[in-house]
Amino acid sequence: MHCIETGNTAAATGVKLARTQVIAAYPITPQTPLTEKLSEFVAAGEMKAEYIPVESEHSALSVCIAASSAGARAFTATSANGLLYMHEQIHWAAGARLPIVMCVVNRGVGAPWSVWNDHQDSMSQRDTGWIHLHAASHQQIIDTVIQAFRIAETVRIPVMVCYDGYLLSHTYMPYEVPDQDKVDRFLAGSAPARLLDPSSPMNLNTVTLPNTRPDVRGDIAPAYMEIRHCLQQDLTRTTAVVEQADRDYRDLTGRGGHPLYECYRCEDAEFIAICLGSLSRQLRGVVDSLRSASVKTGVIALRLYRPFPAEQLVPELDKARGVLVFEKALSYGYEGPLFSELKAALYHGSRRPVLHNCIVGLGGRTITTADLHTALADFCVDPETVRKASPQWIGLAPLK
Amino acid sequence: MKNDKFAINISHSEPGPGDAGQTGSWRVERPVLDAAKCIPAKTGKESCFLCWMYCPDGVISRTIPPGFDFQYCKGCGICAEECPADAITMVRETESGDETTGC
Amino acid sequence: MNTVSKAIDLPIEELVHPGNRACSGCGLSLIYRTALKALGRDTILVVPPSCLTVLQGLYPIAATQLPCVNVTFASTAAAASGVQAALRAQGRQNTLVAAWAGDGGTSDIGIQALSGACERQENFIYICYDNEAYMNTGVQRSGTTPAGALTTTTPLVGKAQQRKNVARIVAAHDIPYVATCSASYPLDLYNKMARARTMTGIRYFHIHTPCPAGWGFDPRFTVKMGKLAVETGLFELYEIENGRFSLTGASKRLLDKERTPVEKYFSVQSRFKVLPREQVERIQQETDRRWNELKQTQS
Repeated sequence: MHCIETGNTAAATGVKLARTQVIAAYPITPQTPLTEKLSEFVAAGEMKAEYIPVESEHSALSVCIAASSAGARAFTATSANGLLYMHEQIHWAAGARLPIVMCVVNRGVGAPWSVWNDHQDSMSQRDTGWIHLHAASHQQIIDTVIQAFRIAETVRIPVMVCYDGYLLSHTYMPYEVPDQDKVDRFLAGSAPARLLDPSSPMNLNTVTLPNTRPDVRGDIAPAYMEIRHCLQQDLTRTTAVVEQADRDYRDLTGRGGHPLYECYRCEDAEFIAICLGSLSRQLRGVVDSLRSASVKTGVIALRLYRPFPAEQLVPELDKARGVLVFEKALSYGYEGPLFSELKAALYHGSRRPVLHNCIVGLGGRTITTADLHTALADFCVDPETVRKASPQWIGLAPLK
Repeated sequence: MKNDKFAINISHSEPGPGDAGQTGSWRVERPVLDAAKCIPAKTGKESCFLCWMYCPDGVISRTIPPGFDFQYCKGCGICAEECPADAITMVRETESGDETTGC
Repeated sequence: MNTVSKAIDLPIEELVHPGNRACSGCGLSLIYRTALKALGRDTILVVPPSCLTVLQGLYPIAATQLPCVNVTFASTAAAASGVQAALRAQGRQNTLVAAWAGDGGTSDIGIQALSGACERQENFIYICYDNEAYMNTGVQRSGTTPAGALTTTTPLVGKAQQRKNVARIVAAHDIPYVATCSASYPLDLYNKMARARTMTGIRYFHIHTPCPAGWGFDPRFTVKMGKLAVETGLFELYEIENGRFSLTGASKRLLDKERTPVEKYFSVQSRFKVLPREQVERIQQETDRRWNELKQTQS
């Protein structure tokens, strides 16, 4: 079905089509319309789910953690400070290996208050052990939400589906809604494990000692470090699961084909811009413009941010002369997190492109195409000089 | 909990006794029952069993006479304190003359 | 439902394994053992960090024979809501959800989630075992630590503030059932718990739970200490069912009896050793005043 709706409605529709059983929600801008839409689906009987209107984001994820432990497909959504308020639970959900799906409608974090888009919120949850997927369009939002359940339940690791507040969440764009029977087929056989069951009692996530000790049968059980190592191993293997999910989804819907990152005019590009989310669409215009002036540029939108697909990205990047990382987040006191990671990934490559980092759009600061054009064009002209200014803030007002 | 590709380790404990080892080793004093005073022992009937009810660790059997699981009894003395017939006395382990400490 | 009146009426089956990490003479062990007999095997437990986390055992062995999800400190009631939501979604309606938290986990860090769950009229039993301080971390003051008690964070002159009355705060949410119990009255506890098992909606238990190590008394006196709290009138056993308050058991009988002076309770616990004489007298006066009111409303 073809429709023109907001990004939040696209996400809600994906959650409905996935036949999510438990939804916990607490309002926060710009996520709110997503969970409002879900409450409407449930109230109207269009969706059979338990909708728990909790009293905080901390509780929202707590409901999902407990429901998922009991074997129910669980979903929540949040933004910015709501995500930060969940932080303890975000770690917990990953450590407990629960296949929860959460939409993070990216927004700048306080202080000072901002309701507008940047990526500081989800970036701050980078090291929690979740899978991070970024959608760059309305179509990707709905498709990614549906795929997220399959991915999460296959590897038993929670998934964050991130998309830009307002820029995607509140704008109306056309997209295709997959048929229910196709989604049912896509998710057939996928479900959270039912860990809480009186017929086979187990005590989940009790205090776990530094070193191994025998279980009730006398076998040595893995201890904290083995459990965490396993999370790391499984998370790194998730890349293949993301690719498989995208292939299967494409077979059913005809859409997909860029499971880890989306390249635009990169084949022969001498300079590549890379970013997360909807900014990539704006950068496509910049690339087209520079190409018409015979500057060979391309843009990559990273879809899978965790696990970080370094192995796949490096061959895309190391053939370029320069790589410019546009980021809506910063590791304060250093540089953009994605920039640091790409730099590290390229260290062992045979060729090392010149790398530059631009910080843009914090707290929703307008990102003009002209600014992006200037930044990329200047980099293409003299990358060695430009890179010395990393991280370069784009769009700062000239104040006295 | 396992499949071919994903190990998926989680911290899940299974029910079993003795997580803390043989907690009888914590005991400083042990309960000693005087069957001549114990109500169920005296009457030969299922009755009283306040020692069984009040035992925090569930290491007193509801039998005639009640028995103590010295492998796990922590020696708190609640049973002696609550016995309405004063049939239980707490005796220092070193003076009990019984080498079976259960540990 | 049959109520029990004697120890031999209690189910013989034990759902808690011995050899666990609870301290010798632990009041929590006693109520946990008794309550699980009333809740039965078809129950899923939700437990935040507390002494119960320790009692239940370190991975990979559990002292409890029921399924249990350990959750973060602030999230107990929300997690119980989540388990219940999953059970509803799966049609597993007969399985009971029971949350067990301490007084810190309930009256302090967990009160937001508890209040939210009460307001939503969730369907589970919430049990607060109140040993009147953060015992698991080494006896720090909590919202329910009584005035005058020495703790490691009220180390010299005792706690300056009154304890908060959590059962009454919860009752203000107009939930179907609120009960107070004491570790020293297992039959009363069993009866209330077994009856609550058959109800629906959110049911709150506040259980006074003596702690030998934290309160400073010999472990053999755990039961005696809880009884003293009730017999002095400092802790009342009651139920509030659909808004109707009634004293129960030993507290109900106390209406027609002379209460033990509160001094007796304070004098046998080292945590009250710096409680000034005048404050003991004030507490006695306040207790007398409260019981006069109770006599008027309950007789």
